[in-house]
Amino acid sequence: MRDLHKMLILVALALAACGVYLFHDLNGSFDYALPRRGIKVFAMVLTGIAIAYATVVFQTITHNRILTPSIMGLDSLYMLLQTLLIFFLGSDHISIMNRQVNFILSIAAMVIFALLFYHFLFKKGNQPIYFLLLIGIIFGTFFGSISTFLQVLIDPNEFQIVQDQMFASFNNVNSDLVWLSLIVIVVLIAFAWKHNASLDVLSLGRDTALNLGVNYDSLVRYMLILSAVLIAVATALVGPITFFGLIVANLSYQFFKSYKHSVLLLGAIVISVLALVGGQWVVERLFTFNTTLSVIINFIGGIYFIYLLLKESRAK
Amino acid sequence: MIQVRELSKLYGKKQVVENVTVDIQRGQITSFIGPNGAGKSTLLSMVSRLLDADTGEVLIDSTNTKKMKSNELSKRVSILKQSNFMNVRLTIRELVSFGRFPYSKGRLNDEDEKMVDQAIAYMDLAEMEHAYLDELSGGQRQRAFIAMVIAQDTDYVLLDEPLNNLDMKHSVQIMKILRRLVDELGKTVIIVLHDINFASVYSDRIVALKNGRVVKDGPTEEIIQSAALKEIYDMDIPIQQMNNCRICVYFNS
Repeated sequence: MRDLHKMLILVALALAACGVYLFHDLNGSFDYALPRRGIKVFAMVLTGIAIAYATVVFQTITHNRILTPSIMGLDSLYMLLQTLLIFFLGSDHISIMNRQVNFILSIAAMVIFALLFYHFLFKKGNQPIYFLLLIGIIFGTFFGSISTFLQVLIDPNEFQIVQDQMFASFNNVNSDLVWLSLIVIVVLIAFAWKHNASLDVLSLGRDTALNLGVNYDSLVRYMLILSAVLIAVATALVGPITFFGLIVANLSYQFFKSYKHSVLLLGAIVISVLALVGGQWVVERLFTFNTTLSVIINFIGGIYFIYLLLKESRAK
Repeated sequence: MIQVRELSKLYGKKQVVENVTVDIQRGQITSFIGPNGAGKSTLLSMVSRLLDADTGEVLIDSTNTKKMKSNELSKRVSILKQSNFMNVRLTIRELVSFGRFPYSKGRLNDEDEKMVDQAIAYMDLAEMEHAYLDELSGGQRQRAFIAMVIAQDTDYVLLDEPLNNLDMKHSVQIMKILRRLVDELGKTVIIVLHDINFASVYSDRIVALKNGRVVKDGPTEEIIQSAALKEIYDMDIPIQQMNNCRICVYFNS
């Protein structure tokens, strides 16, 4: 029951953050400011859910608490796609100008890449998951290098547009895309939620999971593809933000000290909503847009990551 | 009965298990013995589907394990490996409760709780059931894992070197518990053992492997013979009869 209390406190805090963000300094602008803020909050909640879920699940199937799904190279692929579009088609092309077209293109590229990637790996029999991650890192670096190369050649004005895409931003989220993302994310997680108990068993290791009748290999595959799709949606919606998942997943482990995924996942989701909405409010009101949320996330996330590494190495 | 039929496994070009055919009778302790690298653990892993065999099949009570659903199989056969590394921090009771997963899928009903209580009591862990696994000694942790397998309530219990890293007292304790599982609860235990004297004293049948093949298979008295052991281990091992136990004196042979 202590978990329930903690969860209620977190939910209350997250709701409070949303309330403050929506209504602080509104000056009665219910017709103009409120809907705009509402869409932003909506986008942040969705992104938070997708990233938190994908990261916790990814860490469970890789048995590693300092990895994020970004190791699969999806963020880099997203950046490469944006760079390629601007490099070859120009920043005034429909694929960059039109958010919907860009969104669909990005998701398609990332999902197709993930599916092809897994297809070729799994076809060769059951490769150890670390082999898969290693190839992911190589692809990620490869995509990153090509992007950097093209960005150096690009016209400086065009580079500005690329740079905008490099950081996650909630400032100009398209409301149609939010609805589309909502459907995808809710449907995927609703189907996956029933596997929570199996994920608990998965965290006991492959041998024990198999012994207890969990279909280890197919569950791992399913969850890998699921987290790839969730990451793809979140990235296409607001930009690369996967690093953020590392913080919220680990905060959830520390806060709940539970092995139950129903608790850990929900905890991570609520924490990420709280952090995103609260962080965005700080960026807008305290820093008056002088910085972006993803800069703050990367700063705090980086510090936290170093702390985790030090803690892990001391535990050994 | 578990029937192993022409099971083989290749690691690269090395044949670790080669055409193994062996029958394992119900209601007995069967020990797998043999030198290092004989393929004992690999064979056990294939029987328990932790590892896919390259060729051959395993029948459990005349059903091919490949044709059984994973969840069904986990109600009939349980396996405990040597190392049980985990990423999560669990109490003994939480771990043992996982043994009920094949039945309850994580939502334990009253009967499941009762089985968990019994398993914990059986392994004499009731007093420390809320202790975390990482606070326990090696012997206690091994008992906790065996309690999980008992809660799983399968007819067949497979154990891969459960005495590893345990002192004499705990080793004897665990072997006695396994004997009770067979004699009192009618389970079938298959165990990989390194110490032939534990195999000699506690098992009903012994299967000896060498270079991936079965070299001896029979009742314990037939295998614990100097001639048979010479064939398995390439050592001259005298055997002494003490308190109705056949003890192999291999220390200076």
